[in-house]
Amino acid sequence: MEPATAPAAPKSDFGALIDDVHRIGSDVVLPHAPDVDRDARFPHEAFAALRAERLLSAYVPVEFGGHGLTMTEIARICEVLGQYCASSAMVYAMHQIQVACIVHHAADSPFFRAYMQRLVDEQLLLASATTEMGVGGDLRSSTCAVESDGTGFRLKKMAPVISYALESDAILVTARSAPDADTSDQVLVLLDRHESEFEEIAGWDTLGFRGTRSLGFGLSGGGHVEQILPAPFADILAQSMHPFAHMTWGSLWLGLATDAVRKARASVRKKMAKNPDVPPVTALRLAEVDEILFGMRSGLYETMAEYQRLLDAGDPEAFSNFGFSIRVNNTKVTCSELVVDIVGRALQIVGISGYKNDSSSSLGRHLRDAYGAALMVNNDRIRGHNATMQVVYRQS
Amino acid sequence: MYQEQIRKIIGDHGRLATDISELENDSDLYAAGLTSLITVNLLLAIEDHFDVEFPDELLSRRTFQSINALSDAVDGLVAQPS
Repeated sequence: MEPATAPAAPKSDFGALIDDVHRIGSDVVLPHAPDVDRDARFPHEAFAALRAERLLSAYVPVEFGGHGLTMTEIARICEVLGQYCASSAMVYAMHQIQVACIVHHAADSPFFRAYMQRLVDEQLLLASATTEMGVGGDLRSSTCAVESDGTGFRLKKMAPVISYALESDAILVTARSAPDADTSDQVLVLLDRHESEFEEIAGWDTLGFRGTRSLGFGLSGGGHVEQILPAPFADILAQSMHPFAHMTWGSLWLGLATDAVRKARASVRKKMAKNPDVPPVTALRLAEVDEILFGMRSGLYETMAEYQRLLDAGDPEAFSNFGFSIRVNNTKVTCSELVVDIVGRALQIVGISGYKNDSSSSLGRHLRDAYGAALMVNNDRIRGHNATMQVVYRQS
Repeated sequence: MYQEQIRKIIGDHGRLATDISELENDSDLYAAGLTSLITVNLLLAIEDHFDVEFPDELLSRRTFQSINALSDAVDGLVAQPS
C-alpha cells in the first residue's frame, strides 16, 4: 500500500543507519550492559552514542531537522538495540513513544513546533508519567489535575513509576484537564524536568530492566498552558501512545529473544564441532526455539504493518476501532509471553554456562528482563480490555 | 430520529458520571464518562432493543461519540437489515 504522503526520510540510508545502530550496540551498549544491570544505573554511554548519531530525534520530521523515520523504522532500531541491552532499548522506545505523541498530535502548535526543533538541536530525552497512585495502571483515568489561570499552570502528581525521570530533559504527564473535570477528561502535559520537583516515593531494585531507573516520585511542576498538548489524551492514546508502545516494546523483546537464540545457536555449533558424527540433541531444540521466534516475529510484523498503513492513511477514526485495539493488545500479550518461553528454551540449550552469571554465554540478564515484559502494563489488565471488546466484536 | 429511545437506553444502561437529562443530543458521551465497558453494555442493549447487529467497522469511537451519532448508526442499520 502506498503511503498517502511521500515519506521525506532518506530511505536508501536506512540500511546504513541500522549498521550504525549495530555498531553502537556492539561497541558501546553491550560492553556497559552488565554494569548497567548490576548497578541499576542509567545507560549513559549508550545514550551519549545515540545522541551523537542524532538518533533521539529520529522520528522528528525532516522539516524540523530530524531523520523523519517511520514507526516501522523506529521499531526496527528498538529491535536491534534489544539484542545488546534491553534496558537501553526500553529507554529508547519509551522516549520515542513520547516523541510520537508530539509529532502526531502537536504539529500545529507553535510551542511544540519549536520544541521539535529543540529535540533535534539538543537531543532531548523525554520521559513519561502516566500511572498514578490510587488509579494504578489505568491510563484513561487521572486524579491529579491541571490548575491553570489561563496562561500559567501548576500540576502535582503522585506517580508510582517514572522511568529515567531524573536523567530526562522533560516528562509528558497525564492529568485531568481542570480541577472540576471528570477522571477520564485528560490532557497530556509537558513538564520541563529542570523546572520540576521530585520527591522519591519508591525505589527501583527489580529483577530486570534495571537500567530503566523506573523509580516512583511525587512530581510537581508547572509552566505555560502552551505546554499542554492540544489534542484530547483519549485520541493521543488510541492513535499513538498505545500502538506505538506495543510495537516498539514488542520489537525490543524480539531483539532480546533473538539474542538468546543466537547464544543457543553458538552453543549448538560448538557441540557439533566437537562431535561431528552425531548432531547434538540440542540442534533439535534449536530448531524448535527458532520456530517460536518465527511466530513471535510474524505476529509482531503483521500488526506493525497494519499500524503503519493506518498512520500513512491518516484516518484518525481507524485507530479507535475495536479490531485494531484487540490486535495491538494481542501483539503485546503474545510477544511478552513468548519472550519468556524463548529465553527459557535458549537457556535449556546453552545449559549450565548460560545459567552462570560470569560466562560469555550467560542468559541471566535476558531471563530476568524477559519476565518484566508481561508485567509492565500487566497482561491480565490488557486481557480484561480485550475480553470486554470481544463480547461485541464479531471477527476472529 | 432514534434519539429519544437511545436516550432512554443510556439512562437505563449507561451508568455515566453525568445525568442523562443534562446531556444534549450532540454532547460528547466520552466527556460524560463513557468507558469501553459501558460502551459494550450500551451496544448490547441497543442491538437488543432495535434488533440490529453492529458490524465490526462501526465499533469505534465515532459511533459512540454522542446520542446523535448512535442514532445515525442505528438509522443506517435499521434501513439496511443485514
